[in-house]
Amino acid sequence: MDRFIEDKTTRVEVSLDGETKKLDFGELKTGGFIKQRQRDLFTVRLRCPGGRVPTDKLIEISKIAHKYSKKGVIHLSFRQSIEILYVDYKEFPQLVKELEAIGWKVASCGPRVRVPTACGGCEYNPNGLTDTQALAKMVDERFFGTPTHHKFKISFSGCPIDCARTREMDLGFQGVVEPEWEEPTCTGCTICAEACKEDAIESDPDTGKPIYYPEKCIYCGDCIRACPTGAWRAKRYGHLVRVGGKHGRWPMEAEEVALFVPDEKVAEVIEKTIEWYMANGMRGERIGKTLERVGVDKYLEFMKDVFGDRVLGAKEAACQQK
Amino acid sequence: MSAEVRPVDTLDLRGVLCPMNFVKTKLKLESMEKGEVLEVVLDSGEPIQNVPKSIKEEGHRIIDVKKEDDHFRLLIERGE
Repeated sequence: MDRFIEDKTTRVEVSLDGETKKLDFGELKTGGFIKQRQRDLFTVRLRCPGGRVPTDKLIEISKIAHKYSKKGVIHLSFRQSIEILYVDYKEFPQLVKELEAIGWKVASCGPRVRVPTACGGCEYNPNGLTDTQALAKMVDERFFGTPTHHKFKISFSGCPIDCARTREMDLGFQGVVEPEWEEPTCTGCTICAEACKEDAIESDPDTGKPIYYPEKCIYCGDCIRACPTGAWRAKRYGHLVRVGGKHGRWPMEAEEVALFVPDEKVAEVIEKTIEWYMANGMRGERIGKTLERVGVDKYLEFMKDVFGDRVLGAKEAACQQK
Repeated sequence: MSAEVRPVDTLDLRGVLCPMNFVKTKLKLESMEKGEVLEVVLDSGEPIQNVPKSIKEEGHRIIDVKKEDDHFRLLIERGE
């Protein structure tokens, strides 16, 4: 009964409300229960998409964590979720029941779509161009737990500062805005050229009006936000899509595959990308390795209808990295 | 147009770092009446990259910008 949990072949009996239930340690990881160094103790990872937790829920989670953590501690995971440490496996059923009662769920580990991560996004961050929090919520509801060949991490960054590190994700979406300039309202004040950190805007020495170099632009929108008269405006918002990144022992930088993908296409991009990965990848292989082995061109061919003219060729992708 | 606009006050924020230059501008504007104009002098580089957009986000209006050597002279109209 009270066995070493390394013995994954064994099912362990746990008593709940007078009923005896069986737990399989091999299956526990799929449910976000992670074995600790200490005998019988586990980390319970909660599901916090985008790292956002309403304060009323946080109070309830705190109470549960305080009750079940033998050491009275939580840890904030690298993917923005709350982890309750030092939980005795014999108390899992009660813990899960209490979490269910407050409407909170446990995360997952293993080869499947993980809880999406996200920065604050345009809801409250001044740099934010996309609603990363709403998208993380949508992805969590629609794709969380989908079985894949290996772990599959998705993140959303609201702007090119890329706090959510989309370059290191299996699939990442980074907010972009295409600026558009209108001469009549421009006073030639030169603030846009000063505000642009990429040297994509120079001021005409005579008129002070901007000279725009789109090839240098990373679509951050600094010019739009700095312009006093609204001569610089947003032409379109969207996502720069990156695929095949990872961290770990051997990090890989994601490929940039599409630009200005609108919000309403995000779910389709995820669905089709997973479909391609499942058809072309191998068990235990991250999508980055699959892309390397099978070819990014094959992936882009498969995604043709989803990306349309927003697709970035391999050369353009290389330019975008600069 | 800016020639007729009379600023009620001037803040010379040369040498004042971010975000203090913004905080000083914001506090000054908040002590003024809606529609009144403040003149602010900002260094180029980081101050001019950051302060104007923050001012705009606070609901004020930049009505004139003049570049003078390595600094900028702004006229800001206090918003709501």
